[in-house]
Amino acid sequence: MEHLESFRAEVKEWLEENCPPSMRTGAKVDASSATDEVWGGRNAVYKNPESKLWLDRMGAKGWTMPTVAKEYGGGGLSKEETKILNEELWSIGAKQALLSFGIWMLAPALLEYASEEQKRLHIPRIIKGEIRWCQGYSEPGSGSDLASLSTKAEDMGDHYLVNGQKVWTSYADQADWIFALVRTGPQEPKHTGISFLLIDMATEGVSTKPITLISGKSPFCETFFDNVKVPKENLVGEVNAGWTIAKALLQHERNFISNFGLAGAASGGGNDVVTLAKKHFGEEDGKIANGIFRSDVTTHKMKEHAFGLTLKRAGDEGGKASAVASMFKYYGTEHNKKRHEMMIAAMGSNGVAWDGDEYDQEEKDLTKAWLRTKGNSIEGGTSEVQLNVISKRVLGLPS
Amino acid sequence: MKLILNEEQQMLKDSAKDFAENRTPVNHFRSLRDDNDPQNWDKEVWKEMVELGWSGILIPEEFGGSDFGLAGISVIMQEIGKTLTPSPLLATAVLGASAINTFGTQEQKAEYLPKIASGEITTALAVDEESHHAPSNTLTKAELVGDEWVINGKKKFVVDGSSADVLIVLARTSGVKGENAGLTLFILNANQEGVEVIKTDMADCRNYANIVFDNVSLAKKALLGDQESGGEAIDKILDEGRIALSAEMLGNSEAAFEMTLNYLKERKQFGVLIGTFQALQHRAAEMFVEIELTKSAVMAAMQGADENNNDLQRMASLAKSIAGETLYLVSNESVQMHGGIGVTDEYDIGFYMKRARVAEVIFGGANFHQERYANLSNF
Ligand SMILES: Cc1cc2nc3c(=O)[nH]c(=O)nc-3n(C[C@H](O)[C@H](O)[C@H](O)COP(=O)(O)OP(=O)(O)OC[C@H]3O[C@@H](n4cnc5c(N)ncnc54)[C@H](O)[C@@H]3O)c2cc1C
Repeated sequence: MEHLESFRAEVKEWLEENCPPSMRTGAKVDASSATDEVWGGRNAVYKNPESKLWLDRMGAKGWTMPTVAKEYGGGGLSKEETKILNEELWSIGAKQALLSFGIWMLAPALLEYASEEQKRLHIPRIIKGEIRWCQGYSEPGSGSDLASLSTKAEDMGDHYLVNGQKVWTSYADQADWIFALVRTGPQEPKHTGISFLLIDMATEGVSTKPITLISGKSPFCETFFDNVKVPKENLVGEVNAGWTIAKALLQHERNFISNFGLAGAASGGGNDVVTLAKKHFGEEDGKIANGIFRSDVTTHKMKEHAFGLTLKRAGDEGGKASAVASMFKYYGTEHNKKRHEMMIAAMGSNGVAWDGDEYDQEEKDLTKAWLRTKGNSIEGGTSEVQLNVISKRVLGLPS
Repeated sequence: MKLILNEEQQMLKDSAKDFAENRTPVNHFRSLRDDNDPQNWDKEVWKEMVELGWSGILIPEEFGGSDFGLAGISVIMQEIGKTLTPSPLLATAVLGASAINTFGTQEQKAEYLPKIASGEITTALAVDEESHHAPSNTLTKAELVGDEWVINGKKKFVVDGSSADVLIVLARTSGVKGENAGLTLFILNANQEGVEVIKTDMADCRNYANIVFDNVSLAKKALLGDQESGGEAIDKILDEGRIALSAEMLGNSEAAFEMTLNYLKERKQFGVLIGTFQALQHRAAEMFVEIELTKSAVMAAMQGADENNNDLQRMASLAKSIAGETLYLVSNESVQMHGGIGVTDEYDIGFYMKRARVAEVIFGGANFHQERYANLSNF
């Protein structure tokens, strides 16, 4: 206890000295509304120099991945210490220093499956935000049925030769490296012919082409591999044993995405559906004036309360069990979609504003954020796929 | 607050599970029903529950209980809910014990609590007068005439009302219908002159009564808690009851769901197990998720109650509302997924649906609790 108290004091003091003023304007932990977020990487442009400073300082401490061991560049903190760090960051309204697929997905998988050399090379660079990663899983013909993927990597003796196409690769055009699933065993059954390969996007033969979404933005791309030479040491785990790593990584991804369901970690400028409803429908005796909307809000908020408690319970029970990640992914994303639907519905015509000066930026952003949430129940495995996982792996229903 | 059971609570849960599975499987309820048991619960079973200490869980040690708290009794309710075991636990060990222990005088505690703990008496809480739960709509009147309170009115849908020895009654000593102020609680013997207990038969075949109070005269010491403090008191008592009942309803859902999953894994049609049909798989997965949310809401409410959480009213309403909606979903889907045998009396699954709808009405359904939650949250 005493140790934790002095740790808290240290953190407070460090943050006081090191968190720049413009980085204390409210935490934004949602990846879906990108304005002044920091994703790091070789091509990063920092609109605000203090955000670069904040990243460098947090990265040097290893506090972008506080629980990772110091030898890999992490903070080396215990669970309790991490909790304290997060509380202190929260209490000064610190912005997330780094948003990163490396942190959310790749590093946890590398820690479990990569060689010592690979860990020492890649994890520190993720933690410091030096290298930005993207995820090369889906292909035009292989979405939910991911294991049918056909991008191939041929063993050329001293390197792999990669040919094929990935799609929906989020931020591929801005990423430095890609973690890709490739077919190394064309004769093997589909799950046992896949390997997990790390590829530098700067290698000759790698190219990307952005895809425009319904929100008008282009956060993802088609990614092409045309006779790309990849060093053999970039293979993680054994040849043809990549599917296990792929699945483990998906769980980290699903856990991450499921947190979107909670209003606390929300996009939409921290807007709350109750506040919006009172503003646009008006209030009667302090209540949302439209009774039917109020009742919808209530059931929605109660579900959110119970979902938040369920995340907490899973934590108290000692971490999210693997298949249960599917439950959180499913429920969190469906709930997040509903939350955005309710927010724009609460705002009436202001909730569907797109452009121009008659509506304020927050309103126009929310319209885009609403559309972005539609991808939540598709990315990282669709809702239907999550229900399949629950029914087979949790409930033991027959195939 | 940790959303897990402590060792003591886990032990109570395990022993209740064992009891329910071995002593009172669903057939126990079925035979009480088939025999038209006038009391709708079994005296011998209740005696064994008392011996296990369940009647004294909310009673302090000085009055013969164990003081294990609401979470302790709730995990028991959850387990016996799985086999639809009828017993005076809710009305006596939760509502009666909690009301007297929280609001009774030292004298009242000494008089009643040891008898509850030892199983000598059972109690019932008489609140509602209309078809919907609404304590503030109480019209049953208590007037001070000389040295005595005189009570007149009619209570409805009193849980265990026809078997209880002692009644706790919510009456109006001032104010008008719809007001919480002006309500007062009284405690009296059910065989008091002027009390007429009319047993009612409900869909779940449990013990309920409508109770008429016709010029019932009570000594001043029959007040439970201060005069006019009944509005607040009843809220606290009811919240404990609602949480324990939510736990029972969670147990109902869990059991109905498990029976249904088992059926999906054994029934064949079109040459395959019906559990291979994705239309059923996804609905089963949805039920699983709803049950998980319910577990969390119930866990938070019962642990919160024992830690005097200041958000308890909202937590109780969350638990009762979510438990009700989940049980509604699961009881309906379970019957549907059983096909024809799902609607037969011979098969147990239908019992869960009948119990579900009755439990939903007790102490406020989802609508009542959503409204209450919304008001408490300033929506
Ligand atoms: C915003 C966003 C970001 C993404 N980012 C990345 C990324 O960075 N990297 C990457 O590799 N991929 C990414 N993806 C791709 C994503 O993983 C796939 O879109 C997803 O796995 C679904 O594949 P699909 O689009 O081919 O749909 P399909 O698999 O063709 O699915 C079409 C429909 O059929 C349903 N369906 C399919 N199979 C079944 C089944 N067995 N049972 C029931 N229903 C089924 C689906 O649920 C869906 O409704 C992203 C997607 C989105 C939307």
